[in-house]
Amino acid sequence: MVQETTGPTGETWDETLVRVFKANEIRLITYVPDKVLAPLIKRLHADDYFTVVCPAREEEAVGIVTGAYMGGLRGIVLMQTSGFATLPNALASLTVPYQIPLLMLISERGTLGDFQLGQVIVCRTMRPILNSLNIENYAIERQDDVEFIADRMIKQAYATQAAAAMILSPLLTARVKK
Amino acid sequence: MQAQLLNPVGREAAKVMNRSDLTRRLVAKLKHEEAVVGGIGHTHFDLWAAGQRPQNFYMLGTMGLAAPIAVGVALAQPQRKVFALEGDGSLLMQLGTLGTIASLQLKNLVVIVWDNGSYQITGGQPTLTATNVDLVAIGKGSGLVQSVWARDEAHFEALVEATLTSDGPLFICARTDNAPPAGVTERDAAKIRNKFMEGLKVNTRGNQQTYAGAA
Repeated sequence: MVQETTGPTGETWDETLVRVFKANEIRLITYVPDKVLAPLIKRLHADDYFTVVCPAREEEAVGIVTGAYMGGLRGIVLMQTSGFATLPNALASLTVPYQIPLLMLISERGTLGDFQLGQVIVCRTMRPILNSLNIENYAIERQDDVEFIADRMIKQAYATQAAAAMILSPLLTARVKK
Repeated sequence: MQAQLLNPVGREAAKVMNRSDLTRRLVAKLKHEEAVVGGIGHTHFDLWAAGQRPQNFYMLGTMGLAAPIAVGVALAQPQRKVFALEGDGSLLMQLGTLGTIASLQLKNLVVIVWDNGSYQITGGQPTLTATNVDLVAIGKGSGLVQSVWARDEAHFEALVEATLTSDGPLFICARTDNAPPAGVTERDAAKIRNKFMEGLKVNTRGNQQTYAGAA
């Protein structure tokens, strides 16, 4: 049963995501670093439940999670917007045709006050790419929605054997006190 | 693995062999449902032609991801030996993966590269290995201690036999000619995935049944 509200009061988005990953047996974490994702990455590294792999490129992470899924180990790729922009070929030639429930968690950079010019331009490409490949995507903007969106997107991905992109909006992440 | 088998031979001294023949020699030695990920192009064509084992995965696209996919399978099923077959052109697109593999030290992973020095499927344009890149040297530089050129067919077979009973990761490079592949893979991605997952005894929700392994 999915709760429509978050769990314990005061839980941060990264704490909630760790809980949702465990509830869905997401044991393999692959990531290419991102400053916004740093607290989540730190939490995952510190938790023995997870196998954490940090490859050189996001494409590699997609390959690893794809192989792991076919071998019976559930995983996810964590990345930032610019990292996602390196993926269209892998998504179009592997993820989509082979019907892989590839889970992606993308920290949305380049909007709502980002001063990195490259991030701002590449950000414009993210949703058009996801939508043109018909990949389920949804932005998480409020703490109250983290569990509901993440849990349901993960379950839908495995039930339908289709990829899912969870986008972490600055509305969620930039409001957290560091 | 015996040090003698890993005795260094440079690319120039390695015999130019035939990819279809080597693929058949590899497959003939797989008796314990070992997984094989065949990279894009003639690599997976020849894997297909060597016999459609349920534990074979054929990549219809995505240059450079055969090894990462094999890494994923190897992480998921530590009891199963997993082979990645990749071409030199594909591996050149994803060299960082050699470092990733070395960092993970997966005992059950073997990466084999067919190095014909060319993009054979697109008309034989030369790759960087035809002039100046030595993939075994890159493997070693990436931290893969067991990186080796196959000297000839007998050496290749000895390496495969040894790796079935000793710890990886192992990185084998074999020089190959530009003879055409022995067959063409059926182009049905969903069917390929389903058969592979059945072969690995995994359901589509990503849950695994038991596999006892080779022992």
